Amino acid sequence: MSAARRPARAPYVRKAYWNEPAMGFWERAYLFEILRGLAITGGVFLRNMGKWVTGRKGALTTYYPEETRRDYARNNRGKHVLTQRPDGRPQCVACNMCATVCPAKVIEIEAGFDPADAEHPKYPVRFEIDYSRCVFCGLCVEACPEDAIRMDKTVPDLPSPDRLQMWLGKEELLAWKPERDVAKPYPPAPGGHEGTTP
Amino acid sequence: MTQDLVVYAVYIGYAIGVLMTFGLILTWVERKQAAVMSDRIGANRAYLRIPFTQVKLVWWGLFHGMADGIKMLLKEDYKPKPYDWYAYMVAPWVVFTPVLLVFAVIPFGGMLHPGQLVPALAGWFGDRAYPMQIAQLDAGLLIVFAFGGVSVIGAMLAGWSSSNKFSLLGALRAGSQMISYELVLALTLLGLVLIYGTVDLDDIVRQQSGRIAGLPAWGIFLQPFAATLFLAAAIAENKRIPFDLPEAESELISGYFTEYSAMKMGLFMFAEFIEIAIIAALFTTLFLGGYNLPYMHDGGFSLPFGVEIAMSHTAVVITQVLVFLGKVFLLCSFQILIRWSLPRFRYDQVLKFAWKFMFPLALANLIVTVLVVWAMTP
Repeated sequence: MSAARRPARAPYVRKAYWNEPAMGFWERAYLFEILRGLAITGGVFLRNMGKWVTGRKGALTTYYPEETRRDYARNNRGKHVLTQRPDGRPQCVACNMCATVCPAKVIEIEAGFDPADAEHPKYPVRFEIDYSRCVFCGLCVEACPEDAIRMDKTVPDLPSPDRLQMWLGKEELLAWKPERDVAKPYPPAPGGHEGTTP
Repeated sequence: MTQDLVVYAVYIGYAIGVLMTFGLILTWVERKQAAVMSDRIGANRAYLRIPFTQVKLVWWGLFHGMADGIKMLLKEDYKPKPYDWYAYMVAPWVVFTPVLLVFAVIPFGGMLHPGQLVPALAGWFGDRAYPMQIAQLDAGLLIVFAFGGVSVIGAMLAGWSSSNKFSLLGALRAGSQMISYELVLALTLLGLVLIYGTVDLDDIVRQQSGRIAGLPAWGIFLQPFAATLFLAAAIAENKRIPFDLPEAESELISGYFTEYSAMKMGLFMFAEFIEIAIIAALFTTLFLGGYNLPYMHDGGFSLPFGVEIAMSHTAVVITQVLVFLGKVFLLCSFQILIRWSLPRFRYDQVLKFAWKFMFPLALANLIVTVLVVWAMTP
């Protein structure tokens, strides 16, 4: 009985998913829409040329080596840096873990023995990264047990016609201003757990 | 006699020089304009270094055209085993040559008096006068269409002889498209021919130097409709976007010249770029008053309200040549604007556009023109 009092349900009509002709007469006449489009593109052209004539920049892109973008993210994985001990020697102990984990096989380390330093007798004589192949994945930073390698926000900027010039050695990687890195304090907090300090 | 030979040799040299320069420059203009239109910077790396110095002339990448040319010349000239070797070899030239020949009948300046232009040669030239046009043919416009029709043969030869399905499809498309638009092109111009009563291009330009109701008597004011249709049909003739079906990259690799490499492919590209300039020159001549500025004639300016400005012959010649080049360049730029603004048609749309849209409109335009001309004839 109660079912009879229910309002009759409208019969199911399958919805036809087909594009309605959305264009009106003037749009289908084509010419006027073409003129509108040409006005838009021509306007952009004239605007950019006007900017160029008055010495401003119209393009959204950058002249790459001469000019780099300013809007890299704060935690952008860019160029590698080797952290240093307070006396300026690299913190790296040449354990080769970064070179092992590196998916692009771009890190080359040659280990050396330093009898003067009893605590860290093993140190890198050569530490080189081939930026022509580096994929900037950051796995080397994660693999490092000594926090000896980090990644800076700045990109390497090594455009060159010769790929042998895209290598960075130990000296370049050590030339780093630690005070710019706000994510991790330097020198590391005593106790070795620098990750706990804010 | 010798004087004629010298003058026409200079004309021919000028014409070839202008067309080649336009072909080279337009490759750069196209890339740069496309870049600026889409907020990019565009080609800017090619430079010429002055020998023995470190001075590099970049000039906004103007030398990219040259770099392209050198690249084309130095590339391996790969030859497939074509179905028809002779047709394969001859096709690029069949496309390229008529494009150059069309310029022979286009006037690029008014009457030239070499004796007045170069006083040192006044004794030799006397008071001979030459119109600045390589061939003064009564049938100017007909020659334009005759040569315009020949380049279809080149495209079809190229597609047929390449023994490649894509090439063949491109050639078929080129054939049907170009023949369709040839018809529209001719029909749009019939109205102008009726109004001017001649097909001699120099005469058409001279008639446009007059004025109607204060405006210069340019073809674009007399036949605005025909001008639009002509430009559209001409771009379709040139097989450029939005009508680039014969060489649609996403469908046919490179269309009828897929199997061409090095400079033979370069000839096809070059012919296309020169044809942009030719279309611009034709449009200038037929619709934009040719080599004259508004209210200008061979003696100077006669502005409205009876102001007359006389100019020396040298000034007139220089102005006319520069005005012609300027108009052509602006129109080339406009064609490039069209090419980088509009998406490509579907193939059925191209032919439908020709036969169901432009052809009836051109016919209607012709009929209205006929009626008006008939009513105004005393």
